[in-house]
Amino acid sequence: MLLPASPIASFGGAFEFIFTPQDSNVTGGEQVGGFSKVLELTLGQLEVTLLALALALVFALPAGLYLGHRHKGEGVAVALGNAGRAIPELALIALVAAVIGVGLVNVTPALAILGIPPILTNAYVGISQVDRATVDAARGMGMSELEILRRVELPIAVPTVMGGVRGATIAIVATATIAPLAGVETLGDLILNENIYGENGLLAGAVLVALLALVLEGLLALLQRRLTSDGLELQTA
Amino acid sequence: MVSAGAIAAVGEVGEGFFKERSSDTLPCQAREAHLFCFDWARENIDRFETPTVQHLELVVLSILLGLVVAFALAVLAHRRAWLRAPLLGATGVLYTIPSIAFFFLLLPVTGRGRDTAIIVLAAYTLQIIYRNTTLGLANVPTSAKEAARGMGFTDRQILWRVELPLATPEIVAGLRIATVSTVAIATLAVFIGAGGLGTRIYGSANLNFPTTILIAGAIVIAMALLLDLVLLGIQRLATPWRRTAAD
Repeated sequence: MLLPASPIASFGGAFEFIFTPQDSNVTGGEQVGGFSKVLELTLGQLEVTLLALALALVFALPAGLYLGHRHKGEGVAVALGNAGRAIPELALIALVAAVIGVGLVNVTPALAILGIPPILTNAYVGISQVDRATVDAARGMGMSELEILRRVELPIAVPTVMGGVRGATIAIVATATIAPLAGVETLGDLILNENIYGENGLLAGAVLVALLALVLEGLLALLQRRLTSDGLELQTA
Repeated sequence: MVSAGAIAAVGEVGEGFFKERSSDTLPCQAREAHLFCFDWARENIDRFETPTVQHLELVVLSILLGLVVAFALAVLAHRRAWLRAPLLGATGVLYTIPSIAFFFLLLPVTGRGRDTAIIVLAAYTLQIIYRNTTLGLANVPTSAKEAARGMGFTDRQILWRVELPLATPEIVAGLRIATVSTVAIATLAVFIGAGGLGTRIYGSANLNFPTTILIAGAIVIAMALLLDLVLLGIQRLATPWRRTAAD
């Protein structure tokens, strides 16, 4: 397909913005763009994303694994997963900024809230769906409950559990883009402040946010493949 | 850190400014430490009407577009098995790209406004609807298909009269997930100038006023819940044999 000339020129400008500092749209403002400034924003987004993901994991993963192992609280786990999808990210971030406060300390828990439902629900579903006969066999061999969870249920549930972690990561990194509304500098800064960065900055921000999300997703997919036992992969193939 | 400092500074100036007056004589929204102003809400609820209608339009049009495209892809992949994995990968990429970035990636091509928002929101739903539709089609029992073939059905008749009806529960389940997510994400359409309830959250007049953020957020969640119930009802009506089986 042949695109009109202007979109190509627009993205050319975006790439120039990433690698070369240029004058701000605001007269007398600092120079904007350039590799080091863009890198700083990328690392800012990565930092808040990873912190929020870690926080969500600390709460949601043990809870989901425990409930799944005990086959308890199915209603809660499923309802939480459904309700989590309905949370409007923009309202969440705006509300945190207006009521609780701005900065990394306040934004990280808000983003973690978005990550908890998919992680908890998938951990629950993955563990509770492990064949009962397999679990009974492990118990008959004298494994403790913790051993059963760690050495039998968790390896079998890796694809489902990791599916939840990937879903959480996508939600968190996407919402970290609007974190500048609550005083945390991320790549979203380039998107939300077109008056300063111009259309080149806006497009550069969009390209980089998309790349960051795709790279994180790709890394997690690789991790999932490493964690999945070869026997399971043969089974699904 | 520059903007964090700037926002904190504005907050400090604002607080000092309001402290100089008696808080009793001020309207609720000008007072400190207000979470929800019922008076303001009562007088201004009509401000949410147009954004709510816009929001609903965005969601319905995006879901319809997403359903048509994902459905076509799933039927295609059902006929040609080698397409299944690449299509799943492609829809996965579209799902992974954050909506707000996707809006602006399309900016040079489709510009600002509702069209761009609908394309992006629809692209986001493809993965879920496509995956559930292929799953539903794959789960149709071979015996049902063979019985239909024995009755003289052609491939096309089997697809439309046996496979798709039997796959309806999975298809609607995917549609429900996609719809609830889209209602929430459509709030971001404000950034590309497509209106919706995001207009009552984002903007200098709204950002420091929790009442309007809370009302808009509550309408979004209520809309998600309502559409979910509507789809559940449609599923019940579309699969009468399941009801009799359950009764």
